[in-house]
Amino acid sequence: MLSSKASSNCHGQDSLYFLGWQVYEKNPFHEVENPTGIIQMGLAENQLSFDLVESWLRKNPDVMGLKNKDGESVFRDLALFQDYHGMPAFKNELVEYMAKIRGNKVKFDPNNLVLAAGATSANETLIFCLADPGDAILLPTPSYAGDLKWRTGVEIVPIHCSSSNGFRISMFALEEAYERAQKLNLKVKGVLITNPSNPLGTTMTKDELQSLITFAIDKDIHLISDEVFSGTVFDSPCFISIMEAAMDSNLKRNTDVLSRIHIVYSLSKDLGLPGFRVGMIYSNNQTVVSAATKMSSFGLVSSQTQYLLSYMLANKKFTSNYMKRNQKRLKKRKEMLVSGLKKSGINCLKSNAGLFCWVDMRHLLCSNTFEAETDLWKKILCEVGLNISPGSSFHCSQPGWFRVCFANMNQSTLQVALRRIKDFVERSSFNYQQNGGSLSRKLISNWVRKLSSADREEQER
Amino acid sequence: MGLLSRKVTCNSHGQDSSYFLGWQEYEKNPYDEVKNPKGIIQMGLAENQLCFDLLESWLAKNPDAVSFKREEQSIFKELALFQDYHGLPAFKKALVDFMAEIRGNKVSFDTDHLVLTAGATSANETLMFCLAEKGDAILLPTPYYPGFDRDLKWRTGAEIVPIQCSSSNGFQITESALEAAYQEAQRKNLRVKGVLVTNPSNPLGTTMSRNELDLLVNFVTDKEIHLISDEIYSGTVFSSPAFVSIMEVLKDRKLENTQVWERVHVVYSLSKDLGLPGFRVGAIYSNDPIVVAAATKMSSFGLVSSQTQYLLSAMLSDKKFTKEYISKNHKRLQKRQNKLVSGLEKAGISCLESNAGLFCWVDMRHLLSSNTFEAEMELWKRIVYDVKLNISPGSSCHCTEPGWFRVCFANMSEDTLKLAMQRLKSFVSSISIDNQTHQDLKNMRKKNRTKWVFRLSFQSFHDREQGER
Repeated sequence: MLSSKASSNCHGQDSLYFLGWQVYEKNPFHEVENPTGIIQMGLAENQLSFDLVESWLRKNPDVMGLKNKDGESVFRDLALFQDYHGMPAFKNELVEYMAKIRGNKVKFDPNNLVLAAGATSANETLIFCLADPGDAILLPTPSYAGDLKWRTGVEIVPIHCSSSNGFRISMFALEEAYERAQKLNLKVKGVLITNPSNPLGTTMTKDELQSLITFAIDKDIHLISDEVFSGTVFDSPCFISIMEAAMDSNLKRNTDVLSRIHIVYSLSKDLGLPGFRVGMIYSNNQTVVSAATKMSSFGLVSSQTQYLLSYMLANKKFTSNYMKRNQKRLKKRKEMLVSGLKKSGINCLKSNAGLFCWVDMRHLLCSNTFEAETDLWKKILCEVGLNISPGSSFHCSQPGWFRVCFANMNQSTLQVALRRIKDFVERSSFNYQQNGGSLSRKLISNWVRKLSSADREEQER
Repeated sequence: MGLLSRKVTCNSHGQDSSYFLGWQEYEKNPYDEVKNPKGIIQMGLAENQLCFDLLESWLAKNPDAVSFKREEQSIFKELALFQDYHGLPAFKKALVDFMAEIRGNKVSFDTDHLVLTAGATSANETLMFCLAEKGDAILLPTPYYPGFDRDLKWRTGAEIVPIQCSSSNGFQITESALEAAYQEAQRKNLRVKGVLVTNPSNPLGTTMSRNELDLLVNFVTDKEIHLISDEIYSGTVFSSPAFVSIMEVLKDRKLENTQVWERVHVVYSLSKDLGLPGFRVGAIYSNDPIVVAAATKMSSFGLVSSQTQYLLSAMLSDKKFTKEYISKNHKRLQKRQNKLVSGLEKAGISCLESNAGLFCWVDMRHLLSSNTFEAEMELWKRIVYDVKLNISPGSSCHCTEPGWFRVCFANMSEDTLKLAMQRLKSFVSSISIDNQTHQDLKNMRKKNRTKWVFRLSFQSFHDREQGER
């Protein structure tokens, strides 16, 4: 008697993700109260810069108290404001902030911005605008697909990327994915990329972006660039937005190129405010903007929140300071994770953005299979006490990769996590050597090599 | 670019309807007591602006609620990170208590059955996604809120089949109307999934009688379908009969362990009684754990800002405040409704007798030039453009009888309402003079009669305004 959507299980919510969450909830790490608990490393949250936001809040009690600069209450106006065009002052600040993140190399028009209750809402709304049930959207793997399929009825067709070229999207992979969709009788409506990438933590090059744009023009399809992590780029190369890539003169010759490019953004990742539900769609396509605006009725941003954040983003001193310091902190924390993992003989994909690293644990698998990956994941969850995300939950085509978050905990907790990993790796190699190992020679030599490069002290057992 | 979805190119978002067009006209020329006293008075917006002083006074006494503090400790980080689609527990608790209080504590609600959404708009759509899809139909009594065409049908693909109600019995739902709607859906090859009622009704402003509610329960039990009760106006019941929630009926009939129990769902929001549409707070209440589970996950697409959940959890947990608010709100709504009703009476216009809502269902049938929807549109246009009142024509609410209009009373000051009534009175007087002229012209050719009369009335009305010619 319910709809197929309610009774089905295809809301895209990974069972391992849930299992990890449940186990964590039963035994969450706490530095003082539960030091042997499970450390949450599966949540891409930015907890490194709250002090900066709180300091701004302390200096602006009136804004929090729903008063204007003259101390007059604006409560009434906010209480009644439900215009799906969004608060003009807020949208003006958002487009400026978005431009700033992109080094002011592109400019955005607030009239082309549609607010939504988080990027989750923005992505779904965009899909509703661009595709009908049964159409296909191409998504590179590994990536976070969220719940795009569930209510929209679209099919997600993966663009397989591999470690052989750092998981970059190749033209070959794009064409192959497109053909696969065709063979399945699916009409491809667009490509959805996340740049910077979740879970890779890398930014795309101008060439990659322009190849994608050319592909989209060639196939007459859309290109959605989810740039939620654009404010978390902490290292070179600097961030290049799809808009910037599209400004290239060669591409601009195709006059409707801008009408097929759409950006999704949110304040959940760089500003660390997922609870406030602030997402948005940016598009030069007026039909999309108009339809998405109406659809935003289903997920408007609280006027109370729009008001607070419009003031915060209007403070240019604050935003400059925040961006700089946030990026520094992210870089430092990421380096701590990378070097800590290295000491355990574990490498990460070289990254310059995001709140996580894409970690290579292939050498720790007992076989090159996803079953082995799940086994390893369970071990790390239950024995080591770290909730990290297995590559399979991002539809990675190769087993053995894990996403490990670094920005949602304090430094000492990260140190505890790294120590635990080190102990685990050493224990495993020790047990390994004890049991003679059943791995192929290749894998054993990988182990030995990594151990040699690790701290000499640890070898003495 | 012919590449967009069918949803974008079709118009089942319903926004070409007059409901939205009147809004647009108002935006071009909005009334302001000082700056634009001849502008259009907005009487098409069901907002409650009568009790902001109570809310503001509470805010002034409780600064922690907006400063991200709990017992003077900062909880900013906790709120900034809180995106759990199960909702803030303290807020859900306060909300179910408030819902129970509105129902005179004759029923109680369990937080485990409550799903928060960004407004009732989101709640209704989400519920539809859970219960119906393309090929399915929901039965709705007419007249109904124009937004339902968008909320229930647009992205879900479901259809609405109307349950035709008429003025002959005060637009109450009858058994035969229910059956007729069901048959109509079958004829269209649609699978009926449920009935959706708004109680108290928008646009009628009436609460459903126990008889009607019993009828509905019997009907959905018999057909084995769902019943959605949108009780968004439950906090605006200002006079008897007292509000009876569908949950109360189920409880009184001891239907808790029967099949129908899990097929009844309630929608609520704080937009109407608390007057907070900007804060986007809606909720689905269901006794079906599968619906609750699915709706909870779907709420990811429209969560309530944690900043707002926190503020309102503090406000609604203040039982002294909620008691005072509910009582004062009722009193003020009643007083204002009385003013509208008596003002209309003076203009020779009657309303459907109502005890709830932020509007009256006004009978202007006697002002129509003919018993047609074209005549209703003509009258509506005159009222918007000439009388300068934006009211909502019954056709936009899918009413089967022309001549009814929804007129809001709680979204303006008392003086503005007075002015609106004066304008209406003048307008009606002018029509009655022209009706005399109409009688005299009765011998003219039938075909041109209506056009003539309106052109004459139009002109003379203007003449009177400008004092020229």
